[in-house]
Amino acid sequence: MTNVSAKTIRDTVEELCVKAIEILPRDVLSALQRAMEEESNPLSKDILGVILDNARLAAHEKIPICQDTGMTYVFVELGQDIAIEDGYLYDAISQGVARAYVRGFLRKSVVSDPLFDRKNTGDNTPPVIHTEIVPGDEVKITVMPKGTGSENMSAVRMLTPGDGIEGVRRFVMEVVEKSGPNACPPLIVGVGIGGMMDKAAYLAKKALLREIGSSNPDPRVAAFEKELVSAINGLGIGPGGLGGATTCLAVHIETYPTHIGALPVAVNLQCHAARRASAVIRSEKRVLL
Amino acid sequence: MTFESPSSISVRERAWRGAKDVFLPFTGENEKVLYSLRAGEKVLLQGVMYTARDAAHRRLVHSLDEGLEVPVDLRGQVIYYAGPCPAKPGTVIGSLGPTTSGRMDRYAPRLIEAGLKGMVGKGIRSLAVIEAMVKHGAVYFVTVGGAGALLSKCVSKAEVVAYEDLGPEAIYRLEVVDFPAIVGVDSRGNDVYREAL
Repeated sequence: MTNVSAKTIRDTVEELCVKAIEILPRDVLSALQRAMEEESNPLSKDILGVILDNARLAAHEKIPICQDTGMTYVFVELGQDIAIEDGYLYDAISQGVARAYVRGFLRKSVVSDPLFDRKNTGDNTPPVIHTEIVPGDEVKITVMPKGTGSENMSAVRMLTPGDGIEGVRRFVMEVVEKSGPNACPPLIVGVGIGGMMDKAAYLAKKALLREIGSSNPDPRVAAFEKELVSAINGLGIGPGGLGGATTCLAVHIETYPTHIGALPVAVNLQCHAARRASAVIRSEKRVLL
Repeated sequence: MTFESPSSISVRERAWRGAKDVFLPFTGENEKVLYSLRAGEKVLLQGVMYTARDAAHRRLVHSLDEGLEVPVDLRGQVIYYAGPCPAKPGTVIGSLGPTTSGRMDRYAPRLIEAGLKGMVGKGIRSLAVIEAMVKHGAVYFVTVGGAGALLSKCVSKAEVVAYEDLGPEAIYRLEVVDFPAIVGVDSRGNDVYREAL
């Protein structure tokens, strides 16, 4: 059994929030750079130029890439041989988020209840926490600040087995087409297929954590990912929705077994400010990834 | 990828070189320019605009409908659909890019009727908003979503002028310099997004 203190978790989450919000991951930067080099529409090329300049400026001067610093998603892969000391894991995560948003001058974008008061909680808590128990004695934490521009254009649909791959294709295209400029393209399109409604939605969100350039290990799914990238870029929505060659940087599909009568599909859209940061903690030693 | 020094990042000299200056608010002589702007044109906004997003719009429209006083005289003014990050010490304002304009569509016609002349945001507007713009004379500018760091550098002055209790959703009065935008919908109703697709 390895012990990890709640304080280490808290400090790691704080650090990851700030890092994610100010520094765009390398794979996302490279994909945007490639899109700019390949873009022939002059206005779209200039928009990508501004997006890249913005990322450079944000990293250099420690300014949030986007003012929508999101609702904070925290994905925890907790080794089953770990004991958390001196506190409750989820409290530690919340405290880390609160510290990052208050001390880091990040925008607080969370309201206390969705329907009635909609009063700002003042520290961007609570986060949404997804925990998976895994073998081993390490804990991996990934922070993803998720903005609402792209989230509001995301959708789940309960297809049925007869709809098949054609139904999935139609639904994905419909969601992206409808999002137009609103979701801040170029997008990363996360698709979750299988399980039941909630599982599909979770897989779609988790798919957004994959590096751009990675493929689903199942070659049939990987081929479907490629096909959807071409089809989506064929829509011509383009950077900022003003036309152009790159509407999406990647399509990531994750699947799970499902019921004999079901084919749930979720499409979670991610804007070009695809922010995420991870760290692994092993007996009090932290490695930022 | 290597990072260039941020001092070399000037949107006027880079992606928006050659863009036309547009002076705000659209009062007095400036108003004429509004009618000459055409959808798709790149502009650099100079002058005053006010931030407002969902909650501030709800309050503004409520006040107008109830015949109450509104905290900002909207006549000739431009609203930027945005809610900033807090300013770090020694800076004017935190990250400040556009939010999705469509959420304000239900309120915008009422504000245009009350004299609002311009809006800045990202994304598609409803036909009802465009109709109100053509009828009363207004323009919708689009700026780059997700470029909040760069856009915050175009703000030379910022102060909260209303609804401070709303935090990031308060109304800020901004003074902007070389703020890059594209004419999204012009005063004749031409729409850059509908042309793009």
